[in-house]
Amino acid sequence: MSAADLYWMAGAALTGLGVYGLLVSPHPLRKLLGLNLLGSGIFLIFGVIARRGAAAGLGGDPVPQALVITAIVVAFSATAIAIALLIRLHAEEGSASLDDPPAGNDAP
Amino acid sequence: MTQPVFDMMLIALVLAAGAWSILARSMMTAVIVFIVYGLLLALAWVRLGAVDVALTEAAIGSGVTGMLLISAAARFARDPAALRLPSLSSRALAALLASGVAVALGSLALLLPGDAPSLAAETMRALPESGLGNPVAGVLFVFRAFDTMLEKVVLLLALLGVWSLARDEAWGGAPALKPLVQPQGVLPLLARTLPPIGLTYGIYMTWAGADVPGGAFQGGTVLAAMWILVVLAGLAMFPKVTSPWLRWAVAAGPVVFLLIGFAGFLSPGLFLAYPEGYAKPLIVVMELALTLSIAVILGLLVAGPPAGREAR
Repeated sequence: MSAADLYWMAGAALTGLGVYGLLVSPHPLRKLLGLNLLGSGIFLIFGVIARRGAAAGLGGDPVPQALVITAIVVAFSATAIAIALLIRLHAEEGSASLDDPPAGNDAP
Repeated sequence: MTQPVFDMMLIALVLAAGAWSILARSMMTAVIVFIVYGLLLALAWVRLGAVDVALTEAAIGSGVTGMLLISAAARFARDPAALRLPSLSSRALAALLASGVAVALGSLALLLPGDAPSLAAETMRALPESGLGNPVAGVLFVFRAFDTMLEKVVLLLALLGVWSLARDEAWGGAPALKPLVQPQGVLPLLARTLPPIGLTYGIYMTWAGADVPGGAFQGGTVLAAMWILVVLAGLAMFPKVTSPWLRWAVAAGPVVFLLIGFAGFLSPGLFLAYPEGYAKPLIVVMELALTLSIAVILGLLVAGPPAGREAR
């Protein structure tokens, strides 16, 4: 197993961790962390694909590398909007929880 | 043979930080560990021969995302939902599903073809025509310039999305981020000494990005960090979101990109194609405009929507 394959396995494990965080975390901000972890695991796998395409004196194929840079920026943009939505939700409801408030129990 | 050992240790650290940020009980711990995770991941990118990606991951994936996460986590620290974990059986089911995803993805490595497809040789063959020396910059600004343009538009749309979450009565005011009132602290000192270095370094990163790893995005992030530092230290305020110079600074990058793109119709006859011999100067102009816009947009995204007088 080459070093690049090790990073592939790491990317797969991080994606799994992200899926777990997304499913299990009770708070939406924690779910967002899971989503970011999931994304970065996929990017890492993409990076191994770039690494395997190393040729012409380069450490990796520059095309997938450039795509990952774009992907990181787009993931950041989505995260920024999600956080702004959560902060607004928190300001309106007093909590950023996604659960329905229990009936007959006034929110603090 | 220390390199495989280094790789294994690095991967163990990355995985440990990733797991910790998912499993930590406190939200603030999770967020801070996530920032550490981003920096470790940047090292992994260096090991994969992708220094441009490493710089982006450290600057955006860890740095700017981290700032947003910390300010959000500080607000949500007392949310009642934060500690309510689902039942043991549903967690076990989720763990099963997540390991299934990980194993499936991991086993794909065994199915890869022996000789990997690569555009590296083709990129290097066409790169000299652009006058650039950094192949990743070549892909971003010449071969796949359309993607890069849309990426900047996505960033602009993110800012519009965040701004549109402002309360109606707050619209037209300055963003919510307020200075930390801490006159004896270290922050005002840092905010006076770091910006000259940061500004020089940010512009250098953009300029040098044509030939070595770096570029508009990484440089712009450093500039944004300097701006936020100065505001947090109370030495300056964010301008109102209606200020004309702010609007122009935000739009400058995409506007210059589009103008140069349409100018391509005149000379070589294609959208986003550069006239022969002028590729490098045009790209440098684009990158400078983009650096300004990226720095301002990132700063404003961290600052949040306008909050008006009744902020917090």
